[in-house]
Amino acid sequence: MADLINLTIDGVPVAVPKGTVIVDAAKKIGNDIPVFCYHPKLKPVGMCRMCLVEVGTPQIDRNTRQPMLDAEGKPVIAWMPKLQTACTTPVSEGMSVRTNTRQVLEARNDMLEFLLTSHPLDCPVCDKGGECPLQNLTMAHGPGVSRFDYEAKQHNAKHVPLGDLIFLDRERCIQCSRCIRFQDEVADDHVLQFHERGRHMEIVTFSDPPFDSLFGGNTTDICPVGALTTADFHFKARPWELDNTPSVCMHCPAGCNISLNTRLETHTGGHEIKRVMPRQNEHVNEIWICDKGRYVHHFSRAEDRITRPLVRDARGNLSESTWEAALQLAADRMRGRKVGGIIGDRLPNEDAWLFGRMFREVLKSAAVVMSPAIPAAYADIARTYGVGKDTDFKQLGKGDVILLVNGDLEQCAPVWFLRLRQAVVDRGARLVVAHDRPTKMHRYAARIDKYELGRAAHWASEQAKPLAEEFKSARNLLIVFGDEKLSAEGARSLARSLANILVESEHAGKANSGLLPLYPHGNTQGVFDALPSGGAMPERVDVAWLVGVGENNALPQSAFTVVQELFLTELTKQADVVLPALSFAEREGTFTSADRRVQRFYRALPALGQAKPDWWIIQELAQRLGAKWSFQDAGQVFGDLAAQNAQYTGLSYELLSRVESQWPPVGRSDLYYGGTVYDNTGGVGARYAAGAERAGFMAAVEWLTPPEADIEALQHLPRVLYQDGELIRRSKVLAGHIQFNETEIARAAR
Amino acid sequence: MDKHVLLRDLDIPDIRELAVYQANDGYAAWRKALTGMKPDEVMGVVKDSGLRGRGGAGFPAGLKWSFLPKDIFPKYVVVNGDESEAGTFKDHQLIENNPHQVIEGVALCAYAVQAGTAYIYLRGEFYEPARPLQKAIDEAYAAGLLGQNILGSGYSLDIHIHLGAGAYICGEETALLESLEGKLGQPRLRPPFPAVQGLYAKPTVINNIETLANVPPIVLNGAQWYRQYGTEKSPGTKIFCVSGRVNRPGNYELPLGQYTIRQLIEMSGGTIDGCPVKGVLPAGSSAPILPVSALDTRLDYESVQAAGSILGSASFVILDDSVDIVWAARKMVRFFRHESCGKCTPCREGTFWALRLYDKIVGGHGSSHDIDMLADVANGMANKCFCLLGEFATSPILSTLKHFRPEYEQFVREHQNGLPNTYGDQLIRDHAISVAGGSVVEVAY
Repeated sequence: MADLINLTIDGVPVAVPKGTVIVDAAKKIGNDIPVFCYHPKLKPVGMCRMCLVEVGTPQIDRNTRQPMLDAEGKPVIAWMPKLQTACTTPVSEGMSVRTNTRQVLEARNDMLEFLLTSHPLDCPVCDKGGECPLQNLTMAHGPGVSRFDYEAKQHNAKHVPLGDLIFLDRERCIQCSRCIRFQDEVADDHVLQFHERGRHMEIVTFSDPPFDSLFGGNTTDICPVGALTTADFHFKARPWELDNTPSVCMHCPAGCNISLNTRLETHTGGHEIKRVMPRQNEHVNEIWICDKGRYVHHFSRAEDRITRPLVRDARGNLSESTWEAALQLAADRMRGRKVGGIIGDRLPNEDAWLFGRMFREVLKSAAVVMSPAIPAAYADIARTYGVGKDTDFKQLGKGDVILLVNGDLEQCAPVWFLRLRQAVVDRGARLVVAHDRPTKMHRYAARIDKYELGRAAHWASEQAKPLAEEFKSARNLLIVFGDEKLSAEGARSLARSLANILVESEHAGKANSGLLPLYPHGNTQGVFDALPSGGAMPERVDVAWLVGVGENNALPQSAFTVVQELFLTELTKQADVVLPALSFAEREGTFTSADRRVQRFYRALPALGQAKPDWWIIQELAQRLGAKWSFQDAGQVFGDLAAQNAQYTGLSYELLSRVESQWPPVGRSDLYYGGTVYDNTGGVGARYAAGAERAGFMAAVEWLTPPEADIEALQHLPRVLYQDGELIRRSKVLAGHIQFNETEIARAAR
Repeated sequence: MDKHVLLRDLDIPDIRELAVYQANDGYAAWRKALTGMKPDEVMGVVKDSGLRGRGGAGFPAGLKWSFLPKDIFPKYVVVNGDESEAGTFKDHQLIENNPHQVIEGVALCAYAVQAGTAYIYLRGEFYEPARPLQKAIDEAYAAGLLGQNILGSGYSLDIHIHLGAGAYICGEETALLESLEGKLGQPRLRPPFPAVQGLYAKPTVINNIETLANVPPIVLNGAQWYRQYGTEKSPGTKIFCVSGRVNRPGNYELPLGQYTIRQLIEMSGGTIDGCPVKGVLPAGSSAPILPVSALDTRLDYESVQAAGSILGSASFVILDDSVDIVWAARKMVRFFRHESCGKCTPCREGTFWALRLYDKIVGGHGSSHDIDMLADVANGMANKCFCLLGEFATSPILSTLKHFRPEYEQFVREHQNGLPNTYGDQLIRDHAISVAGGSVVEVAY
C-alpha cells in the first residue's frame, strides 16, 4: 500500500496505514499499550490517560528541510516534553515511540492508583471478575498496595437498572464512556450520557423507555470493568467456570457468530447456557450481536422441552413412547401414502438436505416446502443475483450506492444495520430508501421514496429503469430488500425488478454488489437450497410431516400428523406422533446466511433426554421406508450435500472451520483492548458464489407484473426483531419486549 | 498612561451610553472598517499590533484569526466571557461599564474573519452585567450598527448573549463550545482545533472579552499607535485584577512590562495594616505562587514566566503574612476538586485525593508523610491531564510545597492527634467540614 507510514516502537520498526493511532500500531507488533477508554471500533477520546507514552519525531534541519542525523547517521529524534496519549496520536513518518521507560511505567502506575481510589475492589462478587481489564491491567502495571485513605471510598448505588436488560454498578464505573460512545457512534441510539461532573459523574439513560436500544448488550462486552452487566448473566456464574462453544445465531438472516458459555448445573443435572457472547467474525458481525441473539437462548432449556417420543394412544391422549415404536408407527403410516412435508427455516442445512432427499428419492413426492412459504418465491433470484462472493461490507463507502427497499433493516437484520449504517455515515456510501413507513435507516438516506402500503413491488417495477440508469455510475450497488406485507407473487415480482436494476446498471455478479434479502430467519437460504426445487403443498394429504415449523402455519389437511419439535405447542397437541428434536445448542450443523455464507455451529450442551437431531430422525424414517442411508454424523450429511448440490461444491466442514487472523485482534488474551468478545476458534465460514458469478454473464430475468395488493397481504404487521414466537416467549429476560402479540395481530386483522 | 484604552469608563463615566460612546470615537473603527477596509486589512492591523489573547494563554489574536479556512461557511465568533478564574473580574467591568467597546471589538473580529454570527458566552452568574451588555447590543441594532446590511456595506452580523450554567471548565474554549451547543461542558480532543472545527463543527474564533475590547482602538489608530504601549513581545495595555490582602482591590489597566508586581501592590494601596507580603498568585488559583523574592518581576508574559509562574488572565491575589499557606492551598485545591469536570482520570481522582490529604492535615491528623503524599498525588497528575484544569490544580500544591514546605511541617507539628486548635475549628465551620470517626468528612459544598 502506498500510504504506509514507518515508525519504531521501542526500537521495533512497524509500517501501518496512514491515520493509524499509536496504540493500534503497537498492537500490530505485539506491544500491548494499556487502554481503558480506547476501543479499536470506536473513535478515540483520550480520557482515561492510561496509554501515555513518550513520542518523538525526527528533528528537521531548518535550512535543508531534511531530517538531522547524529554521529552514527541515525535521525535525531525530538522528544515531546510531555507524555502523549497513544490512543489519540496518529503515527507519522519516522516517529519514535517509547513504551517501557520509567516515565511511562510510572504514569501507568499513577493512573491505576488514581482509578482505584474510587473503585470498590469488590472483585470477589463482581460478574466481571476473571475477565476484567481493570483487574488485569492493575496486576500488570498497577500498584501492589493502596496508599489511599480507605474511609474515603465512594459509596454509590450498586444496582441501578438502565432499562430491564442492563444493570449499572456506579461504584465500579471508571467513566471511560465506551458505552456512551458505542450507543452514539455504532448503534446510533443516543440513550446514554454522563450526568454531573467530577467524581460525581455518572452514566445515566435518558430515553423513555430507558436504554431503548436493540444493541445494549454490547456495552457490557466493551465495559472495561464490571459496571455494566446484563440482566441475563448478573450473578449467574463466574467467567472462569464457563466453557465456551462456537456457534451461529439463527434468529435473523445475518448469521452472527456467537459463543455459547455453558456450565454444569447441579440443580438441573446438566449443562446450561449461562450467556451468549459475540464471537469475532469481521466478515459477518465484527464483534457485535443484537440483544435478541444474546438473550433469546433460554428456550434451549425450557421446562416444556419434549424429551421422549410421544404417540397418540387409544384414548386420544399423547403418551410417552419409545423411539422404535414411534418411528415405526410414523413410517408405517407414510408408506405408500401421500405425504406432505414442511420444514422450518431455522433448521440446519443437514436436516433440510435429508428431508429433501427423503421426498425426492424415497417418498417420490414434490409435496415438500419451507415454512414460512413466501421466501421460497424469490430465494432463487436472491441466490442468482445475490452479493458477489468476495463482498465485504467494510469496503462499501464513497461512490457506492445502497438501495434499501421494503424492509426495516434494524429490525430485520440488526447487525447489518450497524455495518451498512457505518458504510453510509462514516464512509460516505449513498443510501436510497424506499418503504411505506419511516424506519431508522431513513435517517441516513440521501433519497427517500415512499409508496402506498403493500405496493413495494409496484414501486420497484415502475422505478427499476430510471434507477438502473441512475445507478450505472455507482462503483458498487448493494440492494437490500424485504418481503414485508407482500404476497408470494408480489415478493417474486419485487425481487425480479430489483435483479433487473442490477443487470441493467451492470452490477450483477460482482463483489460488493448484488441482492441482499431480509429473510425471516437464519437459514432461510440454506433450507431453500437443500430442498428440491418446485415443491408445492396440496390442500390435502394423507400424512402431514412437520419439522420445526413452529406455530401459525398454513397446514395441509391430513388424517395423520407427524411433528418434530422442541416443545409442546399448539401444533404438537394435534399431532399423532411427536418426535423430540435437539436444539441448535445440543448438536452440530451448518447454517447459510442470506448473503450465502455457510457457517458451522458446534455442540455446546449434552442431549436432553432422548431427543435426537432432526437429520437423524429423518434418516431413521427413511431407512424404515427403504433408504440405504448410514450417516453417522452431521458432517457426513454435509459432505453428501456438498457432493450433490451444485451451490455447495467445494465446501467442507474443514473449510468452514478454517480460522484466519483478523483485525482488530481481539480475543480472550487481551480483554482490555477489544472487550470480552470471543476470538474465532470455530471458523469464519465460506460464501458460495452467486449464480451470476458462476455464469460469468448476466441476463435480465423475466419481468413479472406485480399482483394488485390483496387485502390479506396488507394485514401483515411490520416485521420486528422481538416478534412474538415460541422461542422469544421462553426467554426469561426478553418476554416483556415482545411486540405484536396475538391480541395486536387480531386487532390489525380487523 | 494618560488615558485608559480599555477601562475608559474611569475617564468617561457615561461611556456605557451609545451617544456618549459615539461622541468619544465610538464605532469609528467599525465605520472605518466597513466603509474603507477589506476583512484581510482588519486582520492585518490586528496581526501587526501584536495583540495577544487576554484570556490566559497569550496567543497572538491576529494569528489565531488567520487560521480559519477561507472557504468554509458559516464561520462563528465566540467570545469567552466565562471569566471563571478565581480573582478575575476585568470582563465584568468591561461589559457592565464599557459594553459598546466590547461589541465593536466583536463586530470587527467577525468582519475580519467574515463570520455572520457571534456568541458572547458569559458565566451564569453574570445575569446582572449581561443586562447592560444586552441593552447596548439592542442600541447598536437600533442604530443600524448590527443586523442586516450594516451601514449599507452589505455585511450582516448578529450577536447573541449566552449565559452558562456555572462551571469553571466552561472557560476552557472547547468545553465552552460544548456548553454553547447545549452539551455537557467537557473539553474536546484537539485536533481538530476550533479554528477549523469549532462551534457546530464550523470554523470558529474564540477570544476573551478583554482581547476583543482592544480591537477598536487598534483598528482606529493603527498597529504602531498600539505598540507605543507595552513591550516588543507583549504589546499594549492589560487589565490587572488585584485582590487579596490589599487596601484597594480592583482593576488596574497598565501597559505591559512597565511596572513590577511590587509597584502594582503599591498602586492597590499596599497590604492591609502594612503586613509584609508572603506570596503572590499572578493568575488566580491556576498559577504557581510567587514568593517575595519575585516582587520585582515586571508585569508582562515573558517576565512572569521567567520568574516561575504565568501571567495568565493577570488576576493578582496578594497574600500577606496573616495568611496561612496551608489554608490557602487547601481552599484552592477544594475549588479545583469542585470544578473538575471528571473527563480524565488524573484530574477527577487526583483533585479529590489531594483535598482528602489537605482535610486530613487541617483536621489535625496529618503527618509529614501526608505532605510527601500530596506531592506524589500532584506529580501523578502533572503533565498527564486531558486539559489545563487538571494541570492548574497541581499549581497550588506544588508551588506552595516548593516555597513554603516549612509552613506545612510546622502546621502538622502544631495540629497533632486530631486536636485542631480554635483556628482549625473556625476552618471547619467555614467549610462545612465535620470531624467524624477520627477522620474528616466533607458534608456539603
